[in-house]
Amino acid sequence: MNALFFWLFSIAMIVCALTVVLGRSPVTSAICFAFTIFFMSGLFVMLNAFFLAAVQILVTAGAVMVLFLFIIMLLDLNAAEKIPRQKVWMGCALLLALGFLYVVALTLNATPEGAVTIEQAPLHVPSPRVVAMRTGTHPGATPGFLEDIFDDTHRIGFLLYTNRETTTYIAPFEVTSLLILVAAIGVIVICKQDEPRRPASREEIIREAPPKSTKPETVSTR
Amino acid sequence: MDITLNHYLAVGAILFVIGLIGVITRRNLIIIYMSLEMMLQAANLTLVAFSRFNGSLDGQVFVFFVITVAAAEVAVGLALIVALYRLRQTTQVQDLTSLKF
Repeated sequence: MNALFFWLFSIAMIVCALTVVLGRSPVTSAICFAFTIFFMSGLFVMLNAFFLAAVQILVTAGAVMVLFLFIIMLLDLNAAEKIPRQKVWMGCALLLALGFLYVVALTLNATPEGAVTIEQAPLHVPSPRVVAMRTGTHPGATPGFLEDIFDDTHRIGFLLYTNRETTTYIAPFEVTSLLILVAAIGVIVICKQDEPRRPASREEIIREAPPKSTKPETVSTR
Repeated sequence: MDITLNHYLAVGAILFVIGLIGVITRRNLIIIYMSLEMMLQAANLTLVAFSRFNGSLDGQVFVFFVITVAAAEVAVGLALIVALYRLRQTTQVQDLTSLKF
């Protein structure tokens, strides 16, 4: 059952990814990229990463892909590529890809730790500090704390927001918010157009574009 | 056949390589950018696989950060593409030759 879904999701994901790279029109590529993300979320669910599967669908397949489609629509880019692809670059890319895959295959063969099946892998190895807190040997700990928290959303929350585990990610999380703020301001600055100066007052409007009835008068007074 | 860690890593590597081929061979800036995103997602898949097989959640927290940074990066990159299109009326990389000498 596990193996069946793994092969289903991974083969569908790779086919969609190939369609992204080989498809002629940008809209086809964007839709296929969204499907790639969906199948990758399926793989995340099989790896017990339910929270990340949801985030992946919401953020990457939802927000990012809609942004891509919006830009394609805004710039009217849906014309297929007219220039034929250069065979030389395709050959170079294939050579590079095969070399990379060869190195990966050698590495995977050389590491026997990679042959562990998903049933053998422990779902959660608690850190020593959490073990100490659970057994009550840690000062200030209540025995049985964190005993039944096994779903990944709770545990990611504990890692992100508390310092109960050995490592904590509060500071990177705060820096991320700063990064998003800087990105938002940067987008506004990049996309802001230098508009021509608008006439400030009613007198300026009349001076720059006088009404037709008053045109002979102004000419005659000059 | 049982699914091992190596299977997930191989799938991640294949996805990464497909993205690499896209970055090298395509001419449309938008599709190059999509291929770049695909390479990021391939790294995410390997991180989640390592996190599951090591029984630790730090890899998943890293994927969380990678998704956040990728979203911010997409916003900035697409803004650059829009600015470039206003300047040059094109998104094909072979038309952008002002850095050639």
